[in-house]
Amino acid sequence: MAHGPAKGFSRWLFTTNHKDIGTMYLWFSFAMFLLGGSFAMIIRAELFQPGLQIVDPAFFNQMTTMHGLVMVFGAIMPAFVGLANWMIPLMIGAPDMALPRMNNWSFWILPPTFLILASSLFMEGGAPNFGWTFYAPLSTTYAPPSVTLFIFSVHAMGISSIMGSINIIATIVNMRAPGMTYMKMPLFVWTWLITAFLLVAVMPVLAGAVTMMLMDIHFGTSFFSAAGGGDPVLFQHVFWFFGHPEVYIIILPAFGVVSEIIPVFSRKPLFGYDSMVYATASIAFLSFIVWAHHMYTVGLPLAGELFYMYATMLIAVPTAAKVFNWITTMFKGSITLETPMLFAIAKVFLFTVGGFSGLMLAIAPADFQYHDSYFVVAHFHYTMVAGAIFALSAAVYYWLPKWTGKMYNEAMGKTHFWISFIGFNLTFFPQHFAGLAGMPRRIPDYNMMFADFNMMSSIGAFIYGSSQLLFLFNIVRTITHGKPVNSDKVWEGATTLEWTVPSPAPYHTFTTPPEVK
Amino acid sequence: MQQQAKRLLKLALNPVLVLLSLMSSGVWAATAEKAEHWRGNMTPGVTEVGHKIYDLHMLVFWICVVVGIIVFGLMFYSVFAYRKERHSEPATFHENTKLEIAWTVVPFLLLIIMAVPATKVLIEVYDTDDAAQDILITGYQWKWKYEYINPNGDNVTFFSNLRTPESEIGNEEEKGSNYLLEVDEPVVLPVNSKTRFLVTANDVLHAWWVPELAVKRDAIPGFVNEAWTKPTETGVYRGQCAELCGRNHGFMPIVVNVVEQEEYDQWLAGKLAEAAELKELMAKEFTMDELVARGKKVYERNCLACHGANGEGGVGKAIAGSPLATGSTKGHLDVIVNGVPGTAMQAFGGQLNEVDLAAVTTYQRNAFGNNMGDMLQPVDVYKFKKGQ
Ligand code: HEC
Ligand code: HEM
Ligand SMILES: [Cu+2]
Ligand SMILES: [Cu+2]
Repeated sequence: MAHGPAKGFSRWLFTTNHKDIGTMYLWFSFAMFLLGGSFAMIIRAELFQPGLQIVDPAFFNQMTTMHGLVMVFGAIMPAFVGLANWMIPLMIGAPDMALPRMNNWSFWILPPTFLILASSLFMEGGAPNFGWTFYAPLSTTYAPPSVTLFIFSVHAMGISSIMGSINIIATIVNMRAPGMTYMKMPLFVWTWLITAFLLVAVMPVLAGAVTMMLMDIHFGTSFFSAAGGGDPVLFQHVFWFFGHPEVYIIILPAFGVVSEIIPVFSRKPLFGYDSMVYATASIAFLSFIVWAHHMYTVGLPLAGELFYMYATMLIAVPTAAKVFNWITTMFKGSITLETPMLFAIAKVFLFTVGGFSGLMLAIAPADFQYHDSYFVVAHFHYTMVAGAIFALSAAVYYWLPKWTGKMYNEAMGKTHFWISFIGFNLTFFPQHFAGLAGMPRRIPDYNMMFADFNMMSSIGAFIYGSSQLLFLFNIVRTITHGKPVNSDKVWEGATTLEWTVPSPAPYHTFTTPPEVK
Repeated sequence: MQQQAKRLLKLALNPVLVLLSLMSSGVWAATAEKAEHWRGNMTPGVTEVGHKIYDLHMLVFWICVVVGIIVFGLMFYSVFAYRKERHSEPATFHENTKLEIAWTVVPFLLLIIMAVPATKVLIEVYDTDDAAQDILITGYQWKWKYEYINPNGDNVTFFSNLRTPESEIGNEEEKGSNYLLEVDEPVVLPVNSKTRFLVTANDVLHAWWVPELAVKRDAIPGFVNEAWTKPTETGVYRGQCAELCGRNHGFMPIVVNVVEQEEYDQWLAGKLAEAAELKELMAKEFTMDELVARGKKVYERNCLACHGANGEGGVGKAIAGSPLATGSTKGHLDVIVNGVPGTAMQAFGGQLNEVDLAAVTTYQRNAFGNNMGDMLQPVDVYKFKKGQ
């Protein structure tokens, strides 16, 4: 029964194997990470000094838009789906995902989608230039022709995400090994289960938003056009009803990753497992009722403004509980600082900094000063880069020996960590000050009073960006020249099921389910 | 001995580095608060509400700093003290209900401490009643229009454009200290008097933001948002558009000139006189030279950004040799008054007065090598607009 992979390209094209698909997702997202990263380098190069040096403002807007879209939808989300594909079956003792053919589809939709989106850069009128939040009417009446391709891509990504999430839900609900009750599942599995429900709930809303845009642009409706009796603010409500849960879609699996890694390298069980599950669920619930905190300045009625302010502040409670749990897990542990642990600790530290600025942003009257300034840019990079990308780096180092059967180079991993850590903070910490000093976001040029902050930020960005090449090099070298690990368990403190199969994990695992006690 | 010292140093290094960066950032933020001339913190600005917002900001900031020091302190202590080298037998505890309840309740209480003043300030921000003057602010791609609403007569209306020359933006000339934060005509407000802003937009979303006045409001086509300010100090305050609005989003600043009440009254009277003068000009018959001279100014202020200094085009089509600018006056005027829907060419009919419309049309027909020799009088424009 156990047969190996097919040969050549058809292995990848037709595969229904969760490990192959996971691998493809991960490589795809890494490619997108580099693509989106190179857009960011262009942005930071233009902002290195006051004055226009490198790009036209119109192209600058295309860069900020494409950077955001590619990073959120092309890098972070597929990377976590890749991890889910690889790890969820291994962690719950299942032979594969529940719906393997659909799994193949959800991956293979993505490369053509992003090819279409990226190709719009070469269209007349240029790529989408209205920001990753694509507020109407800039993205409808005033949009370049490429907006139609953009809408098509968003639909395709949405279909891919929904299929991916349905698959994850079906797998977790149906394919757990005997004895693996819900409250015994590893937290990574739990956070993904909840994330998948969020995705199924909000991706259709995003699809609705872009469909209304399509109708406005091509079929004469006026959902978002005031001239035709429509409402531009409606767009923002619909977008953020998707958008705020979306930020938790990005961060919850990252929470899951660090909840796996920290106990392993502390050699101590996760503190407060149950409360972690409940905190994740309540964050997910709250994320549906806080969207208008992105819209404090659109002119909501006072009562609405107060409601969204209180609800948003409330999210800090379960989030804080998670942070306390991670720290208490480390407390009195027996800690070693391998690269995955370094990234995990940094993630907790820096994400919390982003949580603090989030709390500040939640205070509506103060947000009148912060909103749409670089302070917001700093906030969401602390949550998304440090919160999600650092967790992804941690995950890759942590599971790479299981995937490849070989050990990465620890010194290079630590170097990657420290350069990333310094580069990241140098890039985004000064942006808090630029924003507080009054620098709006999404501008290609600025007054000299913001010059120092921006120069620091650009230098940091180049450091952070180049450190990712070291990451790539380390991964490739592990695959080609890495030292075989010769053990199933790899990490001394590892306890979850994936560490009971050989390294590298064979093509088919758990064809007979393990017994979980 | 030496080796041990080295090992210890190495051990200490990681968390210490992290802690250092944390502390330096704290110090940084604290100095930012003190050094008022060095802007790296939110400005309290020149309004009472602005000061309250600033205090709120600092309150939440310091709560975060204190919580951060405790939380990160514990974290780095754990990483440092419970390293495997020193603590090879990990504890096994994994829950403690009391502790978990405590760290749910304490943050909740802290939130209440923040929510109470936040609610108070928010209510004040929303209280737009009893303003001494109303100003309608309209965002355009990419400039602001200000309309002083005058219940007993004509409104005072003008546009405010970026004044920074292209040469500074293109790095050919040295940048002035108000680079990108200077306009041809600032808004003027009286000090110690409550002004209400009615904020809207003509095309896409914009946002009117002046940090020192603690006002940020989205400008949305089809909606009129309200905001207010009561500056307590005279001076010049600068801000920028805060909502992405297309290519020149970074180039539509706001300048507010807060002056004494008398000066404000004089200014307003002057503006009203100007408007009256304009009415007279409407009836006047201009010569070709007068029209071209006036039109050149209008062109440089309103059209040059897209159509180029020599009418060579750019974002907009070329005017030099344009079939429209060398065709019938009516067709030419039509494009300028009504714009070209769905393109960056906006309708200037509502933005420019009849005199300026006549002048800029005439100018385009008789400049850049266009040599039509014909002209338009303000009254022709008036008739054209009426006739539509
Ligand atoms: C924001 C950019 C922008 C500004 C500012 C602008 N235009 Fe235009 N203009 C355009 C664009 C774009 C077109 C081409 C529209 C089309 O596709 O037909 C255009 C077209 C025109 C045309 C028709 C040219 C032709 O051959 O079809 C005239 C005349 C014109 N503009 C006059 C003006 C005048 C007068 C002003 C200043 C009062 C002005 N424009 C300001 C962007 C602009
Ligand atoms: C303690 C938890 C958090 C709170 C209270 C919070 C609060 C906020 C608020 C109020 C804003 C709006 C700011 C403004 O535009 O004026 C905002 C923006 C944003 N946040 Fe958070 N946030 C939190 C966590 C996160 C997380 C976990 C992520 C993502 C992983 C995230 C991503 C973002 C993004 C992307 C934006 C900017 C969106 C845009 O305008 O482009 N936030 N946050
Ligand atoms: Cu949000
Ligand atoms: Cu703008």
